[in-house]
Amino acid sequence: MVPAAVFQNDEEPPFEGLNRLKLVFVDGVFDAGASDDLAETGLEIERLETAMAQDIHWAKDLYGALETNGQTPVARPLAALNSAYASDGIVLRVTAPVARPISLIYRHENPTSDAILHHVIKVETGASVTVLENGPAAARLNKVMEVDVADGAAFHHVRAQGRDHQRRAATHIFARLGTESRFKSFTMTVNGVLTRNECVIELLGDDAQAHVAGAALGDGEFHHDDTVFITHDAVNCESRQVFKKVLRNGATGVFQGKILVKPGAQKTDGYQISQSLLLDDDSNFLAKPELEIYADDVACSHGSTSGAIDEEALFYLRSRGVPMADAQDLLVLAFLAEAVDEIEDEELRAHVSTRLSGWLERHRS
Amino acid sequence: MLEIKNLHVKLEEEDKQILKGVNLTVEAGKVHAIMGPNGSGKSTLSYVLSGRDGYEVTEGSAHLDGEDLLEMEAEERAAAGLFLAFQYPVEIPGVGNMTFLRTAVNAQRKARGQEEMSATEFLKVVREKAKTLKIDADMLKRPVNVGFSGGEKKRNEILQMAMLEPKMCILDETDSGLDVDAMKLVSEGVNALRDAGRGFLVITHYQRLLDHIKPDVVHIMANGRIVKTGGPELALEVENNGYADILGEAV
Repeated sequence: MVPAAVFQNDEEPPFEGLNRLKLVFVDGVFDAGASDDLAETGLEIERLETAMAQDIHWAKDLYGALETNGQTPVARPLAALNSAYASDGIVLRVTAPVARPISLIYRHENPTSDAILHHVIKVETGASVTVLENGPAAARLNKVMEVDVADGAAFHHVRAQGRDHQRRAATHIFARLGTESRFKSFTMTVNGVLTRNECVIELLGDDAQAHVAGAALGDGEFHHDDTVFITHDAVNCESRQVFKKVLRNGATGVFQGKILVKPGAQKTDGYQISQSLLLDDDSNFLAKPELEIYADDVACSHGSTSGAIDEEALFYLRSRGVPMADAQDLLVLAFLAEAVDEIEDEELRAHVSTRLSGWLERHRS
Repeated sequence: MLEIKNLHVKLEEEDKQILKGVNLTVEAGKVHAIMGPNGSGKSTLSYVLSGRDGYEVTEGSAHLDGEDLLEMEAEERAAAGLFLAFQYPVEIPGVGNMTFLRTAVNAQRKARGQEEMSATEFLKVVREKAKTLKIDADMLKRPVNVGFSGGEKKRNEILQMAMLEPKMCILDETDSGLDVDAMKLVSEGVNALRDAGRGFLVITHYQRLLDHIKPDVVHIMANGRIVKTGGPELALEVENNGYADILGEAV
């Protein structure tokens, strides 16, 4: 057992003040008292346990199905473990556009907690929903989110993870996209000694769109891994991967991103960029960008860079009176901007930016 | 205002002396121009004064209103009232021009113990000044200098100068890359800032900029030293005869 201290500071949790539906989990267990009343939401939303005990056919059919499908060609053992042993989670079915974001809040109170969470989300034809996640969740968290986005549906996901520095997390998103559907996921990670975020997406309907982005700030003992596998199995789909990491004091960032274009997936538009800003000589960025293409009429581009802060830009800012530390923060935020800009909603984007600048201010060397 | 005495500067990385005893005093309210051939040390002088890394002062001094510039960080020099309009303004992707301007203005105010400018007040002032430089709303919104034309970059430098209201302005080849119209616009921006309390040091290769920004004093720099000082007529002499005559004479 590796304990993780609960982090105390007076910083306001993310998404505070936002009109949202709150669902609270404490050390991986749903806390009804701290959450909004599920019955009054007007949504089909249940705790995993309750849903599995009832005859909710769609949920039973979906649970573990996308995860199992995502085990090939690359095995994801922690996800398999999750499906077998998940203790809690939500089951959500959306049949119309939902205005209020559904906010999953993961509190961590027990320094030695383990949590296995599994969410199942189905966005029906023409429906749309925004799911927010934040909080350290537990000392060790294993999480799976299966998302089925039907034809013409839209799923937006914004996540703020980290906070309790000693916490370890392995998370997975498995998504299946129908015709003309949209999937957008953004993750901000600050702190956390070990984080692995896997995202496995299958574009199965024509004209679908999948965007996955992440911005990570790591200082010291920090290992952050983004593993993305996007399969194009339909015509005229678009996918984007935008991952940015700022690393210092020996922090490590990993990116493994793949675009697989299946035979017949013509007119695919795939884009992938992974970049790190290394603030010192001790930090590492390990990148493995991959393209595997079996169709002949596609546009796929990828890039991966590691670099230091732009000294010219730093001097330019300082010559205008901006102090060194502020100038550096400004350039770090500018570096992360391409990833943060992937968040469509302006208010959510502002929440994330505030978190990032707050972290930078607290972590000045 | 600006007092440079016997300034010797070498490159930090290699043993190469670039400035070899520069003496120069710019009084408040005056415009001094420095002309000189390539490699004479003009740009180095501007960089050393503004606090860029990579140079080592081996001898001499530089003071702004009695304050020792060489002891200060770049940002402190800016707060003390020194401004360098860059020959090659830097592009900063991801940082909005407006954010950049406001951060700079408020950082300097803070350093001087003044109250920060409110967002509305700032917006009002910046729009006013941008208008006279023909900088549109789009240029203010875009990332700093990214995708700007040569002329737009230089106009943006002058806008920064107008917003920061420095005591001492150094213009490093502000005319390079400008067409006639842009040069006129930039010069008008500079002239609008001429003031009894403000000094200017205009570095240029060519006399044509000095047709628009009329200098009080013209210096010729060569081989790391100021070799000749005179009135505006000296710039015309360079324009007509080139540097060779003057340099031959000086040596």
